[in-house]
This record gives sequence, structure tokens and C-alpha cells, in this order.
Amino acid sequence: METDKLIEMLARQAGPVERGAVGRRYGAALAAGAAGALLLMLAFLGIRPDLAQVARDPMFWVKLALPLALLAAALAAAMRLARPGARVGYAAEAALLPVAGIWALAAAALYSAAPGERMALVLGSTWSVCPFNIAMLSVPAFAAAFWAMRGLAPTRPAVAGAFSGLLAGSVGAAAYCLHCPEMAPPFLGTWYLLGMAIPAVAGALAGPRLLRW
Amino acid sequence: MSGREDHLKELLVRGLSGEAAAYAAFLKDLSAFLRAFLRGRLARVPDEVEDLVQETLLAVHNQRHTYDPAQPLTAWVHAIARYKMIDFLRRRAGREAMNDPLGDEDDLLATSDEEAREAKRDMAILLAKLPDRHRLPIQHVKIEGLSVAETAKLTGMSESAVKVGIHRGLKALSALIRG
Repeated sequence: METDKLIEMLARQAGPVERGAVGRRYGAALAAGAAGALLLMLAFLGIRPDLAQVARDPMFWVKLALPLALLAAALAAAMRLARPGARVGYAAEAALLPVAGIWALAAAALYSAAPGERMALVLGSTWSVCPFNIAMLSVPAFAAAFWAMRGLAPTRPAVAGAFSGLLAGSVGAAAYCLHCPEMAPPFLGTWYLLGMAIPAVAGALAGPRLLRW
Repeated sequence: MSGREDHLKELLVRGLSGEAAAYAAFLKDLSAFLRAFLRGRLARVPDEVEDLVQETLLAVHNQRHTYDPAQPLTAWVHAIARYKMIDFLRRRAGREAMNDPLGDEDDLLATSDEEAREAKRDMAILLAKLPDRHRLPIQHVKIEGLSVAETAKLTGMSESAVKVGIHRGLKALSALIRG
């Protein structure tokens, strides 16, 4: 086919394009992913019974802020990675801030604890299930984030996949906060981050395969 | 350069709001820039340049909802063209790895026209053994020289089905040749 004919054909079938496609897709993906994570959490894990009391503890909100801050950074990075040629800017580095924050709190908690108690602060009582529960809760958001990205045009599929995965992981971790009894920063800085890293690594591996266009 | 950027951008923005004529003018101007850009980078395969121009135009068209008017148009188009070019070079490298490497120039001249015709005939027999979903993509893309997008339109298959068809079909063919 001649290029001019192709152009003619494309122009004829084009029609107006709605603005804000990227934002709308991510809005829908986030809503679906969050709803899926909450449903899975309610179905398999359940809300912690003392949630009303614990909500008065500032540490609960610090704990919730960790995944929410990562979610904001991952969302900003993913929305930029979805557009060809857009600068990712500091959105990617912004994900390091909440990590640095929780590690600082963890270091302070470990420093002030008696040497014999430090291991307990890191391991809590649920370390062996925490990362897997977070990864499990992030599955719906993982599918939704990849759905959103697949309808857009990432030119760096591995990076785009990694941030899609991190986005999903942070949604899963935020939902898990409503179930999880742990409150110690050393625990959060280890197992929560590990739980969110699982979908992020999976996303980086799946990106080149799933995000071709 | 910035004059071109502004001009193209204006055409695209008008096109995105539904003006077909402005959109056609955008694609037309863009195709000229793409041709020059790709020709400069694919000097070793001049025959493939126009295919890739069309593939890139199609990608620009399909992804036009990812353009943010606050973003420089040049950066957006360049990223798409580069992505499609790398994709093309990768596919090509994969294709060449499946074939025997060419010898030196003398070997090439030693092959006569007659043999080529015979080879084509044998190929037709082998091709006929393949199912349609493999045969048609190979016939249109590899033998008649259509682009993947055109083949997809012609056969009603999706583009990825065409690509997969070529890939699997070539594998099946080489299995047939090896017996």
C-alpha cells in the first residue's frame, strides 16, 4: 500500500480523541485494583478486630502512609512512562523517600530497643506470611495496572512493568494494613517492602513480554 | 526546527479535536520527516524504510491518545519512531539468525535466475502445506513484500497474529525443508 493511501485511510477513520486518556485509565485501574484488594482481604484475611482503637495510634497512620506514599510515586512514574518521550523526572526517585523514612524510623526503634528485643521487632509474629499476603492482595491491582499500561505506549517496557508492579504492590500493602497486627517500623521496613517488591520484580520481568505494542 | 514543531503540533492538536483535514496534513508532513529520519538510520536496508515509515505512522495513529499537548511533539514522535525502529531491527536480527549467513559477494552472483525461480516453486509447494494462518502472512509479507499492517487488513487477522504466523510459519517451513 502506498503511504499516502494509508494516511488518507487513517485520517478518514480518525475522529476526535478524548483528552486525558492516561488519567482516566489509571483512575479506573486504581479503583478496580483497590476494590479487588479489599475484597480479597475481607474474604481471606479479615479486618483486624481492634481497628477502631488502633486508628487512634499515630503509628497506624505512619504504617498506612508507607504504601500510600509509594503508591503516589509509582502512579506518577507509571503515568509518565505510559507516554512516549515524556520525562519521568523525579517520580522514580520519589519512591525512595518513603523507604528512607521507614528505615530511619526502624533504625531509631532498633537503636532504642534492648539488644535482646531487636530480633522480635524485625520479625514480629507474622513475618513468614506478610510478604505473601501483600503479594496476594496485589494481584487484582497488578492485572489492572498492566491493563492500563497495555492501552498506552510505554517505550521502556521493563521499567514501566516494574512501576506497574510497585503500584500494585502498594495497593495490596495498603489493604493489608487493615488486617495486619504489626506496628513496629523494623517489621514494616523489612516485610512490607519485601511484599511490595515481589509484584514490582514480577512486573519488571513481565513488562517486556506483556507491554509490547 | 521549532517552527516545524509548532506547525506540526498545531495540526495534530486540531486533528485530535476531530479535524480530519488537519490530521491528514499532520500525518503527511510527519511521514516526510519520518522517511528522512529512518532513511538516515537504516542506510543498509533502504527497501525497508517505507515499511517502517508506515508502521510508525500507524503506531502514531494508534497511540495518539497518549499525546499530551503540554509535551513537546518532537519528543513524543521521536520516542515512537525510535521504539518502532528498535523493534524492527530486533525482528530483523532474529530473522537473519534463522537463515544461513550469506557468503561473500561472489557466492551471491553465482546464483542464477533460473535457480531462483525453481526455489520459488519449491517454496510454493512447501508453503501450500502450511495452514492459512501461517501461509498467508508469509506469502504477503515475505514474498509479496507487504507490511505487517497491510497484511493484517488484507487477511482480517490481527497484527500480532500476522507476526506470530510469520514466525511459526517460518519455523514450520524450515522443519519441512530439513525433512
